[in-house]
Amino acid sequence: MPDSLATLANAAGKITRLGLTLSGRGGTALPGLVTLQLDPDFIAAATRALPHGVVLVSGTNGKTTTARMLSDVARAAGWQPIHNRSGSNLERGIAGALLADATWRGEPRGDLGLFEVDEASLPRVLGRVRPRAVVITNLFRDQLDRYFELDQLARRIGDAIAALDPSVTLVLNADDPIVASLGPRHRGAALYFGVDDPSVGGSVPQAISDATRCPRCRAPLRYARVVLAHEGDWSCTSCGLTRPARDVSASRVALAAAGSEVALGGPVPGAFDDLRVPLPGLYNVYNALATVAAARALDIERATVTRAIGSFRAAFGRLEQVDVAGRSVRLVLVKNPAGFNAAIAALLETGRRPRLLAALNDRDADGRDVSWIWDADFESLAPSVDHAVVTGLRSRDLANRLKYAGVPRERVDVVDGWAAAIDRAVGGVPRGGELVVLATYTAMLALRGELARRGHVAPFWED
Amino acid sequence: MDLRIAHLYPDLMSIYGDRGNVLALAQRARWRDVAVEVRPYSAGVPFDAEWPDLLFFGGGQDVGQDIVGADLAGPGGDAVRRMVAGGAAALLVCGGYQLFGHEYVPEQGAPIPGLGMLDVRTRAGKKRFVGNLVADTPDGRLVGFENHSGRTYLGPEAKPLGTVVVGHGNNGEDRTEGAVQGRVIGTYSHGSCLPKNPWLADKLLGWALERRHGAVSLRPLDDAEERAASEQAALVARARP
Repeated sequence: MPDSLATLANAAGKITRLGLTLSGRGGTALPGLVTLQLDPDFIAAATRALPHGVVLVSGTNGKTTTARMLSDVARAAGWQPIHNRSGSNLERGIAGALLADATWRGEPRGDLGLFEVDEASLPRVLGRVRPRAVVITNLFRDQLDRYFELDQLARRIGDAIAALDPSVTLVLNADDPIVASLGPRHRGAALYFGVDDPSVGGSVPQAISDATRCPRCRAPLRYARVVLAHEGDWSCTSCGLTRPARDVSASRVALAAAGSEVALGGPVPGAFDDLRVPLPGLYNVYNALATVAAARALDIERATVTRAIGSFRAAFGRLEQVDVAGRSVRLVLVKNPAGFNAAIAALLETGRRPRLLAALNDRDADGRDVSWIWDADFESLAPSVDHAVVTGLRSRDLANRLKYAGVPRERVDVVDGWAAAIDRAVGGVPRGGELVVLATYTAMLALRGELARRGHVAPFWED
Repeated sequence: MDLRIAHLYPDLMSIYGDRGNVLALAQRARWRDVAVEVRPYSAGVPFDAEWPDLLFFGGGQDVGQDIVGADLAGPGGDAVRRMVAGGAAALLVCGGYQLFGHEYVPEQGAPIPGLGMLDVRTRAGKKRFVGNLVADTPDGRLVGFENHSGRTYLGPEAKPLGTVVVGHGNNGEDRTEGAVQGRVIGTYSHGSCLPKNPWLADKLLGWALERRHGAVSLRPLDDAEERAASEQAALVARARP
């Protein structure tokens, strides 16, 4: 049973939560905040006795989808994960998830802690809990006003990893040089995942200078194959640092509009079944590989893993598909150049000519600096854009970006107001047609809120 | 007519959407039927100092800035000096701006010498300046987003690009933002800078084309989108600095 301070903090958080629920407000960070104020060690205390331990999922892109896939896998194995499903991934969000799934005496109503963790919060969280496994999907530069430089962030995460107990298993992306080079800093085991299909990817790193240099000696990196941004088959031209051997590997990938078929390989050939990933895009193949590797760290049977991933449904704004007045609407959350380019590649893989609703906000959760849209590859998207409705707090920056990418002016409408933008965008799509929504985090919340009011999607916090 | 743009160290010094500046320069030239070639100039590769009409030099992470600083201390730096002496125009943003000055004085350790092409000096500050930036200049409003801990002070040869209205600018003390010296312009404005400040892009294009084509008058463009972006950015900056 948790100690008395944790029990008190738990009760205080639950009272806050009950009050908010009774007043009709869901999905806020306040209960977790109240609890952590009373007991900063609440997360450690509340998770200590979980029979299957704690798994942390972090990284720049893909952590929500990966954590949700892993949650489905754990459920399929008969476990009861306590999971910050809504993607509220700061410490208070983790505390909030524990509160929601605890009795009034503070006893958890689950057996596995499964927490998505903001990458900037990861060093602190690692210092507070003893996880069984830590998954890092990738590290890209993201919202520089909040995270500052990627090198500094990677160094802080590496320092926290060096202090971890050797019993922890790391699950790392072998294809990401920044993530892979965290492995040797750990005194315990690491499992690596990567894409090994030679037909996937090109030969030139995309124009994002996150990782052009060796994480160890700073000499230029060489890529035999680039899969996404700086993920690929990399090696250092000077010190010999190279992509680590993959424990979980996609030896063949067939991409299609509805999802991907992946042949899994590893050090033991034929040790895995084929895997169906029911979400489009190479980046979702990476999310699935991370899930397979994490499940292995948890000793979950592989047939259970492939079955659960095969019936996965998209999370909030992660290529989620909803029906709006007979139109298929794809919600795509975009927040940094690498994520944007991966989402665009997934959309264009199937030769679509999308009608877009694009929404750019600049609140804290979006990144206050909108400069990133100039690093995102709108030039690849522009020739395929049939029409775009542009909205959000920084709609004019986005309209200007489309102009410089070469989208003709008559194909772009700037519309103020979420409801008006949805009306205009949906109205422009014939019945049976498709609308693609590209939006930053708080813009997606607002658009989704409007769709929920109209009864097209469940409110976010009930998801 | 043709225009040659050199993008200095794009692999190491292009972090806050600085690529948008090169896109803006190239598009605004092409829309006026000027043929454009952009060449990357990177560390360890010999620079052709005679080639470029226009230099762009952006900001980087600390690691990138260290490698670039070392490269500029060698033949790369001499080449850049010859480019500017030969009449090339230059836009420098953030880290590039600092490296064009006399020196950068870190919190600890010896000062790091810069190219000395701009009469400015920068020293490390404790608090990082992060936020929206608006400055008034004689040619128009400058809008953008700043993210720097360096404090830059102008000497007598360099003139401020503008006066800070929202944000911190060069040093957070004297309300100056950026520097102009000859055909070299330095600024802390990311955003990207030029797509939202088309007057600045055209000023640089005019200088650059003059180098090999004599004085040119640039055809005015319809800048409705650019003006709308600048207007919205300035409103947001006032409401949420």
